[in-house]
Amino acid sequence: MIKSIKTWILVGFASLLLVACGQGGGGAGSKKSKTLENTKKAGFVKCGVSQGLPGFSNADASGNWSGIDVDVCRAVAAAVLGDADKVKYTPLSAKERFTALTSGEIDVLARNTTWTLSRDADIGLTFVGVNFYDGQGFMVRKNSGINSVNDFKDGISACTNTGTTTELNMRDFFNSKNIKYEPIAFEKADEVVQAYDAGRCDTYTTDKSGLAAQRTKMSNPDEHKVLPETISKEPLGPVVRQGDAVWEDIVRWSLNTMIEAEEYGVNSSNASSLKDSENPAIKRLVGSEGELGAAFGLDNDWSLRIIEQVGNYGESYKKHIADTGILPNRGPNQLWTKGGILYVPPAR
Amino acid sequence: MIFKKLNIENKKVRDLIPQAITVLALLSVIIYFATNAQINMGNRGISFGFGFLNQEASFDITFSMIEYDGSHSYGRAFLVGLLNTILVSAIGIFFATIAGVIVGVSRLSDNYLIAKVAEWYVEIFRNIPLILQIFFWYFAALRALPLPENGISFNDISFLTIKGWYVPKFIWTNFNIFLLSVIASLIAIYFINSYATKQREQFGKQLPTTTISLSTLILLPLITFLFLGVSLTFEYPVLKQLSPTVYTYEGGVSIIPELIALALALSMYTATFIAENVRAGILGVGKGQKEAAASIGLNKSQILKLVVMPQALRIIIPPTTNQYLNLTKNSSLAAAIAYPDIVLVFAGTALMQTGRAIEIISITMLTYLTLSISISIFMNWYNKKMAIKEK
Repeated sequence: MIKSIKTWILVGFASLLLVACGQGGGGAGSKKSKTLENTKKAGFVKCGVSQGLPGFSNADASGNWSGIDVDVCRAVAAAVLGDADKVKYTPLSAKERFTALTSGEIDVLARNTTWTLSRDADIGLTFVGVNFYDGQGFMVRKNSGINSVNDFKDGISACTNTGTTTELNMRDFFNSKNIKYEPIAFEKADEVVQAYDAGRCDTYTTDKSGLAAQRTKMSNPDEHKVLPETISKEPLGPVVRQGDAVWEDIVRWSLNTMIEAEEYGVNSSNASSLKDSENPAIKRLVGSEGELGAAFGLDNDWSLRIIEQVGNYGESYKKHIADTGILPNRGPNQLWTKGGILYVPPAR
Repeated sequence: MIFKKLNIENKKVRDLIPQAITVLALLSVIIYFATNAQINMGNRGISFGFGFLNQEASFDITFSMIEYDGSHSYGRAFLVGLLNTILVSAIGIFFATIAGVIVGVSRLSDNYLIAKVAEWYVEIFRNIPLILQIFFWYFAALRALPLPENGISFNDISFLTIKGWYVPKFIWTNFNIFLLSVIASLIAIYFINSYATKQREQFGKQLPTTTISLSTLILLPLITFLFLGVSLTFEYPVLKQLSPTVYTYEGGVSIIPELIALALALSMYTATFIAENVRAGILGVGKGQKEAAASIGLNKSQILKLVVMPQALRIIIPPTTNQYLNLTKNSSLAAAIAYPDIVLVFAGTALMQTGRAIEIISITMLTYLTLSISISIFMNWYNKKMAIKEK
């Protein structure tokens, strides 16, 4: 009797599994923007950020995220949901970030991520633009007597993050200089900083903005300096999943809006008063001319909301990067009209 | 005939049906997940394949037992990670076993102090999560070590610093001959032991096997040094100045602090469990056995070697196998402190650079499975060897 009960339980279990299989299936990939629909349904934008990089994405003591990467997600939320605060942040390590995006755990990755060919083409990602032009540098102790990368000698140990372009650039650099070095790669940025700070390694290498930001976290920031050389191009920008062209456009133009707003002098305080501006480009930005939002299935005030709630790129940079003392000088991240290389296609 | 065999009234057939359905269901679940992954990957423009294993890895690894640099392939990087995992697991198992046996025996000691110290050791180290112990050794204990220029010197031939433990490098001439002599002496010891066992079982004669074995193991390799041209010199680490305040050691072998911390944490943690197994094993041998052995005139060490240990081992081995497996799998926590094991190098850096999550994670899982099963098979073999042989 017991045997037959066991048998029936097994059969029942097996058929349940089969039924479950029948109901599954489907998968992604419809013509409309599924991501947009899901975001509206959920009521928040799922945004992947760093585990704490001052100026880019960093959480304060009460868990509020801020930074220029965070502002990209806030802009998307303002455009899509009407409220820049409706963002759910997921802190990700360099290793986790792409899997989190391709698997749908997040919908926008704004995590100081370098745009490269293989990332863009090979692993199902699409880079929508650049929100920070960066380059890799080295940090050393001030008293080390090392004043340039030419002072590096065989046997130097260098700390960095795993799973980053930094790791690859570092090898290219030391190889080209024919220097034997000891690479030590940690998963979390905090661990790298700690290891370097304690003296486990002689130099710390990552994007220069990252170096400047992490320096503020060290036990004695004044003891360290960033070497003048830049050994790579690191265009950092937001990333979305491949296969949802509408969503891709929304994120791209949310970022572009912030940059173009700065170009035309539209900022969070004057945006609404510029509805009757003479300049048609400004009128399009604040939504009083044209039907630009309709192209993404959004209303016409989407860009106005971005500027009002998040601000233009210049405001964002000033608040998070310049005023915090990370990189007061905008360098290449200045508008093209002011000698930088920020240049976005026109919103029309 | 066939009809009769497939008859539902037949008990064998009836028993087979649920099993067949279960297997089918399991297969369909796997197929469903595989196809679902394939469709989704297709939709998102992600390709699938193992071709990347031949591509140039172009990242370097801190510590490797085989020749490796970034110009080698991802496949080679995988091998480096695998060997590093095996290395730290082997070191961990070795020290955990030694420490475990010592602590286990100490807990049964008549000496109050020794017994209590052993007990406290077990209670403290098995009750703190392993990852915290790893962090403790790495971020607290080893980070407190001095910089190279003030390194702790052992007789000026070995130096312990925050950058690692620098030890002399062995430089052999005619290493092959030396290796052969070691193998030869091990084979000789095996035959001496089986001869001694035979002598004991047939004629009741006791041979001093330990002394003979040890002297063979020392003498035979020694002969190669004296007469066969084997020699050993050391390359000592030397302090090198890289800049006014930056120093490192050149020459010798550097044992990286990540390896030390991980091996230390793994063996200290696992030793507590092995100690409990050893204690259980020894307590599991009936008191009567020892008394009987004593009454036939065996001395204390003979009782332990011939009566208690063979029986205790039967109790100790199966749970200790589990501990060895746990240790090997726990070594994957290496990623937390930058020890380049298979998880950090392959499932970490290589995964990131190629983006081939499904391929790399499956390879890594299969690798751990293979490692664990190999340990299992070996321990099961050893267990069988130690089991009661009924005559």
